[in-house]
Amino acid sequence: MALLEKFRQLAEAHEALVRTSTDPFRVTIERILSPTEAIVNGRQMILAGTNNYLGLTFDPECLDAAARAVYEQGTGTTGSRMANGSFNSHAALERELADFYGRRWCVLFSTGYLANLGVISALTGQGDVILIDADCHASIYDGCRMSGAEVIRFHHNDPGDLNKRLRRLGERRTNTLIILEGIYSMLGDQAPLSEFVALKKEYGAYLLLDEAHSLGVLGEQGRGLSESAHVDSGIDFIVGTFSKSLGATGGFCVSDHDEMELTRYVSRPYIFTASLCPSVIASTRAALRILQTRPELRTRLWNNARRLYDRLKELGFKLGPTLSPIIAALFERREVAIAFWNGLLEQGVYVNMILPPAAPEGGSLLRCSISAAHTEEQIDRIVEAFAAVRAVTESPRQT
Amino acid sequence: MTRYEEILPQLYEILRSYAKDGQSLSEDTELLSDLGLDSMKVMQLLLETEERFDISIPLNIIPNVRTAGDFARQIEQLTEQR
Repeated sequence: MALLEKFRQLAEAHEALVRTSTDPFRVTIERILSPTEAIVNGRQMILAGTNNYLGLTFDPECLDAAARAVYEQGTGTTGSRMANGSFNSHAALERELADFYGRRWCVLFSTGYLANLGVISALTGQGDVILIDADCHASIYDGCRMSGAEVIRFHHNDPGDLNKRLRRLGERRTNTLIILEGIYSMLGDQAPLSEFVALKKEYGAYLLLDEAHSLGVLGEQGRGLSESAHVDSGIDFIVGTFSKSLGATGGFCVSDHDEMELTRYVSRPYIFTASLCPSVIASTRAALRILQTRPELRTRLWNNARRLYDRLKELGFKLGPTLSPIIAALFERREVAIAFWNGLLEQGVYVNMILPPAAPEGGSLLRCSISAAHTEEQIDRIVEAFAAVRAVTESPRQT
Repeated sequence: MTRYEEILPQLYEILRSYAKDGQSLSEDTELLSDLGLDSMKVMQLLLETEERFDISIPLNIIPNVRTAGDFARQIEQLTEQR
């Protein structure tokens, strides 16, 4: 097969998709107006697929902090921390995150994706075992592949299946890293964390929790599922991202294990990429302060999520199993999901479309992510759009 | 009968539900090109095989499995490690 031959099938699938649909993978936001509105295809849209859970991307404190940092420290660091050195602000954010989680150590990464790659590949290697929840994010799968460890999946959110697989490992169980997510990005469901922590302790394994979608969303202080499930101390490594609740880009890992600090010397995704730029660090630090001092944002987020979840459920849409700021409508047929997504765009509502094989169980999803910045009127307009599009397309899968 | 020879007919039983009507199975049957398995079906096949043999199949072995025979050899090794 010639080098580029493998792209032919992809090109055909892409052409077939865009014959009947706006290209869902190349939507251009022509002008961003606020955390919840933008001009797309020349039309004003409600953004309901941004992961901007606390709506902080236009918060005045975050904007000011970023702008000041640009003028004081420049637009970029132009290299890695290992080679070019760290800015004071890198170290300050690491200290603030460690304090926020009550952990000894924190290491920053340039994106959330790189955080998973960097941490997993540094912690595990040949001879080790990684047990991952089957619905884990691609960054976790890629980190596993990079590590060279043996990678075994267990059934999504199934402590019984994890137990069975830990038992099968015999003495290798203490060389095992279990990886879970706080809130899963496709359906918005949460891990039964206390049961997983009990198993981790029973078998003497290690546990890494990715709180990408739960930081700022769960827990009284906003620390995520480890806080809301009251099992902070049972988690060895917590990974998170700045690109959702904190409204920027970047990633981190916190831990009480002293070896965390040593991962800086072996983690290639930490070493061989440019470090976070000063404006991103500055807005993230401001957002982290807001996350801790304005709990009303979390209240508003959950009120908005409940409003949309309940209304869509009343309309008969099949949704994810639990209330969450990620609200996914499930469709059995791919073509119905595509038509529905285009219909929502025409109605002025932008959501994420997830097609097989990315969606669980072979179905398709239209995924909304709700923000504290949405108004009740915007939520109602999203509901009206779903109802209007439903009237002209085939009914979605019923519960 | 070797362990491999014991595993093979049990594996065929699982693979039969993925085969086309009347398609015969052998050690040389290619899982992707002959059975037309996509990534979702591969994952389903792994789960069924794990249950049947009470093993955990690492994702790492997938690139080394092309035929039913390859798969049976991997299962043989994994059952020996228990």
